[in-house]
Amino acid sequence: MAEMVWLVPLIPLLSSVMLMLCSANLPRLLIGLLGVGSVGAAALLTLSIGMDFLADPEPFQLTLWTWMQVSNFSPGIAFYFDGLTLVMMSVITGVGFLIHLFSTEFMEEDASYARYFAYLNMFVAAMLILVMADNLLLLYLGWEGVGVCSYLLVGFWYQNSANGQAARKAFVVTRIGDTAMALGLLLLFTELGTLDIQSMMAVANQQWQVGDTVPLIACLLLLGGAVGKSAQLPLHTWLPDAMAGPTPVSALIHAATMVTAGVYLIARTHDLFLLAPISMMVVALVGLATSLMAAFTALMQSDIKRILAYSTISQIGYMFLALGVGAWAAGIFHLMTHAFFKALLFLGSGAIIHYLHHEHDIFKMGGLRTKMPVTFWSFMIGSAALAALPMTSGFFSKDQILLQAYMMPGAGPWLWLGGLLGALLTAIYSFRLVFVVFFGEAKTEPDGDTGWRMAVPLVMLCGLAMIGGYFIIPVADVFPAVSGEHPAHWVEYVSISVPLIGLLLAYLIFHSRQINMDTLVNSSVGQLLRRFWFGGWGIDWLYDRVFVRPYYLLSGLMKNEPIDAIYGLIVAVNQTFNHWLAEAQTGQMRWYILSMVFGLIVLLTLALQIPLEAL
Amino acid sequence: MEGLNIPLNHILLVSSLLFSIGMLGLMIRRNIIFILMSLEVMLNAAALAFVAAGAHWGQPDGQIIFMLILSIAAAEVAVGLGLVLQVQRRFKTLDMDSANRMRG
Amino acid sequence: MVMVNLILILLLGGVLAMLSERLGVNVPRRVALAVVLVDLGYLLSELAGMPALTQLQAPMPDDPSTWLMHFQAQWIPAFGISIELALDGISLLMVLLTLVLGAIAVSASWTDVIVKRGFFEANLLWTLAGVLGVFMALDLFLFFLFWEVMLIPMYFMIAIWGHENRGYAAMKFFIFTQASGLLMLVATLVLVAVNHSATGQWSFSYFDLLNTPMAEQTAHWLMLGFFIAFVVKLPAFPFHTWLPDAHTQAPTAGSVILAGILLKTGAYGLIRFAVPLFPEAALNFSFTAMALGAAGVVYGAVLAFAQTDFKRLVAYSSVSHMGFVLLGVYAWNELALQGAVMQMVAHGFSTAALFMIAGSLQERLHTRDMREMGGLWQQMPRMGAVAMFFVVASLGLPGLGNFVAEFLVLLGLFQVNPWMTAVAALGLITGAIYSLILMQRSFQGEISATLSSKLEGHGLADFAGREMVTMMVMMVALIGLGLYPQPVLDMAKPVLQSLLELTSAEMTP
Repeated sequence: MAEMVWLVPLIPLLSSVMLMLCSANLPRLLIGLLGVGSVGAAALLTLSIGMDFLADPEPFQLTLWTWMQVSNFSPGIAFYFDGLTLVMMSVITGVGFLIHLFSTEFMEEDASYARYFAYLNMFVAAMLILVMADNLLLLYLGWEGVGVCSYLLVGFWYQNSANGQAARKAFVVTRIGDTAMALGLLLLFTELGTLDIQSMMAVANQQWQVGDTVPLIACLLLLGGAVGKSAQLPLHTWLPDAMAGPTPVSALIHAATMVTAGVYLIARTHDLFLLAPISMMVVALVGLATSLMAAFTALMQSDIKRILAYSTISQIGYMFLALGVGAWAAGIFHLMTHAFFKALLFLGSGAIIHYLHHEHDIFKMGGLRTKMPVTFWSFMIGSAALAALPMTSGFFSKDQILLQAYMMPGAGPWLWLGGLLGALLTAIYSFRLVFVVFFGEAKTEPDGDTGWRMAVPLVMLCGLAMIGGYFIIPVADVFPAVSGEHPAHWVEYVSISVPLIGLLLAYLIFHSRQINMDTLVNSSVGQLLRRFWFGGWGIDWLYDRVFVRPYYLLSGLMKNEPIDAIYGLIVAVNQTFNHWLAEAQTGQMRWYILSMVFGLIVLLTLALQIPLEAL
Repeated sequence: MEGLNIPLNHILLVSSLLFSIGMLGLMIRRNIIFILMSLEVMLNAAALAFVAAGAHWGQPDGQIIFMLILSIAAAEVAVGLGLVLQVQRRFKTLDMDSANRMRG
Repeated sequence: MVMVNLILILLLGGVLAMLSERLGVNVPRRVALAVVLVDLGYLLSELAGMPALTQLQAPMPDDPSTWLMHFQAQWIPAFGISIELALDGISLLMVLLTLVLGAIAVSASWTDVIVKRGFFEANLLWTLAGVLGVFMALDLFLFFLFWEVMLIPMYFMIAIWGHENRGYAAMKFFIFTQASGLLMLVATLVLVAVNHSATGQWSFSYFDLLNTPMAEQTAHWLMLGFFIAFVVKLPAFPFHTWLPDAHTQAPTAGSVILAGILLKTGAYGLIRFAVPLFPEAALNFSFTAMALGAAGVVYGAVLAFAQTDFKRLVAYSSVSHMGFVLLGVYAWNELALQGAVMQMVAHGFSTAALFMIAGSLQERLHTRDMREMGGLWQQMPRMGAVAMFFVVASLGLPGLGNFVAEFLVLLGLFQVNPWMTAVAALGLITGAIYSLILMQRSFQGEISATLSSKLEGHGLADFAGREMVTMMVMMVALIGLGLYPQPVLDMAKPVLQSLLELTSAEMTP
């Protein structure tokens, strides 16, 4: 079974190519079957391969062909399969399948139905290649592939220029990170002589000491790629705008899978990061800072998808925090549970948006609890898991992260404290969303509740979001074991109680209104903070002034080719001479003769200077 | 080789004098007839120098070139007079400066 | 003889195409296509009898028989000038690229040339003949001759069938290339004279001129002469300013040939002549050359972004891409050189395709101004999808040929100069910016008011069979180059290795 693993990305890829080539000629039913079925088949295949693997957990490598072979550089089109790969593949194909199914209803009336599924299938294929790649170059192929698919899907409704703008922003900002990552690849190959991940890490362990400079630089460059793709500070600005795409796309790409690729990359190359403790610290700090920044921002948003987008940024920040403190397994675990509950929340919001005539503003919703019960319960469960209420999946993963952060020697307790603050904010903003949208008075009338193609994925994801925390992910052999003292019990109690406090606060502020925030919000400082947080801490504004506008200005100034001016100078000099010489052409015979005679005299005089012997 | 033995230098002096006169005429006259005449003088000055040099070295080349110059001068006069007629007919004058525009 | 025949077929085919116009206005294009395909078929049939292309022998500079093909005939023995043609892996690659893109160029001009079609196709074929000569000539005098041969028909193509500002563009193209060609001629003559004074033999043969002993200063100036001639053609910053004008004004087929093939003669010249003839001087000069390359990568990309003319944008993207070639050549190790060769091939396809799309748009909309486009995907979904493919190819999406090329160049360059690599890598970002803006301005967004008033409710014709077939050929080629570039790499490998060996022997006395 294991040698069939290459079929997993191939099936969606072929389906995508078929949909592109004969998009015009296929009936909708067939398009849906092809689009959903191919991912379903990939999921089933993953399941059976995973079963085999769990029975005999031996990592294996499969080379299809040598991609290119130039001097000592010979990356293969090759896959590597271990527990981590299995977890990622299961999330991608499993959650991917549910989202594809959901899409058939969500996109039902769209004219470009086939194009949508073609892109979405291609995304799944690229993402699978990313996580299955055995060398960093193939990983980079998947990495860029998902980037392009994300670009295509964010700008799916291309008639609206704003969508195109968001899509380009997403691609270019991540591309900045990708370029750093490419440089990291170049450095790693130059230093280690291979890009094959497993042997690269082995060589690195032999060649480098902990704390060397070269692995630090390499790790920081890889981290550049990771923060770009995973929307962490300082390259996070594309993700909120990427919500311009269809909502299932946001669920699949910008919540469950692609944005976690950075986490996967760092986890996959963890041996390198272990060699550079400073880079680990940077990862942790970036994660924590991002998670707090995004949580504050989420608190102020009114667009349902933007809230979820900032929440995604914040949660990935948690994963980075986990990676930074060396809690690899916990980070991946949170990646998985997050995929479940965030996909659930996004699909839920998709259902709301679909049946509420593309309304995004949560303050224009309200009272949807009774009108859209399936969606309501999805949101309840999703938010509970997001807020990490006890016994939900998010609780288990986040609890692990916080504990292991606390256990980290040195800065551990401070990181833990920051994480707790983030957890508190998470609980507040997620239940703010629930209370505002589903409780209170009804302001709009939905067209009904979800059909079965939407309901089934929602229910399935509800189940996963509830019980996902009990899964045991088979990554024990992939990562080094966690060491350190188990902290005192009070640490755990505090971790558990903080989300509950957040829930209570959200209830008091946004539902029962027993805490009145109006005076605080309306004070001048409150207004300032509100605007500051609403605008995402002014980072977009800053980038616009520092990078975007100067680039436009620069290219605008140079548009007409300054270099050509130099050649223009040569032309001008020539024309001047031409003008002067033309002046001599008077048409007067006697003037010509006169100048000829003088010329002759000059020449003769010069000729006479030459001594006869020289001739 | 009996007879008058004029030193070569004298002849060359005369020849260059003639040449200078012709050139001066060429430069200062505006009348096309005079220009042609000046040209003739210059040609003959050159021819004289050739003949003298030929006689001096006892070579026939000088006389051969003299014959050549004679025929060139004849041809030149033929073309030149044709031009004179054309100029006269077109511009109603023999002033060369009036013919200072090229019309392609 | 095979190589002579290849050139003669094109030269005579051109005459035939010109004459065939008397049979009907649509005949020349068929004749031209047939001639190119016959030429290609002839070459392939001859290659069938050769050893497998992936296991070529390393062509030794001192032994012509190790080359894939070699031909020599007396021409002007008094000066040691002969008709010497030879084919090795790189030449063969370039010749194949020329013939394939030649066929594509004929297809590209299937409908957009209206006047003097016979003469047009003749010029096209003659340009191809000149290019083939350039790729195969090993006698420097013959090389110079072909260098001029490819120039003049190209000049006519721009000057006669170009767009609104064709006279200026054609003259600019001509003067730049001619002036740089003159430099090359002077450098060649001096080189031959130096060789003569050293050996007492007059020879223009590449094999004789390699290893010419000369003073450091002499070598430096001669190398500069060749260098400038080739980088003007490439074109590298700051000698590139003819290119945006020429590409923009040329007819579609002209742009395809210019961008797809003619630029590669510059790169080929650098690899074949400029570096091997003066290895030490080239090594000393390599930093400057690489700096020009890196500057070109970034400069081209920034200017591409500012353009509003579809073809001009693509033209500047060529400047950016050719910067990678220059970087690859002067990094002068196997990785970077393979990258440069790969870039020559991949860029040939991706840019040719973009120019064809520009041509198709011009034919349908009568404008190249992107401010008057927008929303074309809705009108022409097939063309939009094809354009998207080539745009992401041009921004270096892994899995397509251009990525392999750029990555190999950067990988080779990193071993020589990491900081330069970092600058060149900026091209990956800026490349994405201009590529995507091209897509946005023309195919996405809403239809511009000017266009919709022009259309008055009429639809636009999407890509039809002939165009789709042409595009498919190039798409398959790019995917093939991206996922399995090994055949190309294998063909170039022995040549590059022997060149590296040759120059490293020179560089370490």
